[in-house]
Amino acid sequence: MTRDEALFEYLLRLGDNTLILGHRVSEWCGHAPVLEEDIALANTALDLIGQTQLWLGLAGEVEGKGRDADKLAFLRDAWDFRNVLLVEMPNGDFGRTLMRQFLFDAFHSILLGKLMKSSDPRVAEIAEKASKEVSYHLERSAGTVVGLGDGTEESHARMQAALEYLWPYVGEMFTGDAVDAEMAAAGVASDPASLRADYDALVGRVLGDATLAIPDSPFAHKGGKTGTMHTEHLGHLLTQMQWLQRAYPGASW
Amino acid sequence: MKNEWPLWEVFIRGQHGLSHRHVGSLHAPDAEMAIKNARDVYTRRNEGVSIWVVKAADIAASSPSDKGPLYEPSQSKVYRHPTFFDIPEDVGAM
Repeated sequence: MTRDEALFEYLLRLGDNTLILGHRVSEWCGHAPVLEEDIALANTALDLIGQTQLWLGLAGEVEGKGRDADKLAFLRDAWDFRNVLLVEMPNGDFGRTLMRQFLFDAFHSILLGKLMKSSDPRVAEIAEKASKEVSYHLERSAGTVVGLGDGTEESHARMQAALEYLWPYVGEMFTGDAVDAEMAAAGVASDPASLRADYDALVGRVLGDATLAIPDSPFAHKGGKTGTMHTEHLGHLLTQMQWLQRAYPGASW
Repeated sequence: MKNEWPLWEVFIRGQHGLSHRHVGSLHAPDAEMAIKNARDVYTRRNEGVSIWVVKAADIAASSPSDKGPLYEPSQSKVYRHPTFFDIPEDVGAM
């Protein structure tokens, strides 16, 4: 694996995380419990799709085979996606969506903080722009997790159930492989495992404020970021996200 | 109705140096969330540099039925407008 091949793979992981989560969040558009949350979720989804354009755009450039962000987003099949499993999990209720958002935002903000110091200026520049958006995503999702966790009996029970459902998908974000090792050696990115301590501190504090108990099982599902095995949910998501380009190849406006 | 979030009035300062202007209202459980919601609802297109929110219930307003005694007396007081002064040309447009 050359350095550019590793960088391409690494950029796909960044871009696919934001693409798939952005699409998932956009599924709430017009359905959120109140108008204000509906607009806030749509804003978050749009931020993530905007970041996707940058990450996948750069990935296509690095790959050098003429694929742009649109081609990468709409013309790959499930096994070519490199997002972590957490972001492809279905929305569930509003509480589960916000819990998923918080668990990812916390990781995302710590990751971007490191990437802003990347030895690759193109990566650092995108991370810098995205980190402002993600700081706000984190502030909002953390606030909502605390509000609902430390809320009524029902909201607390739903948030605890969401945490238990999603926690087994947290570990994958911190697993490393040859791509991560190559990126760390080149100074492009940090070893994912090195982000865990900051993550645990941040997530522990917020979930503590939310009066929620972190499950003590260390079990972690894997296979998303390496592409070896996605959940069944990704294929369903792609059929909806990609249908237009599949039905009308090359369509644009 | 008891389960509804209170209504907040939102004021946005468009640029430094301008005053905050009323732009609309929204619902939120507390002031902090009202500011976040205002950010998401009213500043998506780069409209502002500062946000104020105030609970709609906390605003005291004049009554429309009092408009006669409140406003009509000033209609006949033309001498309150500074149009009776000669302004030197050097001053330019005021």
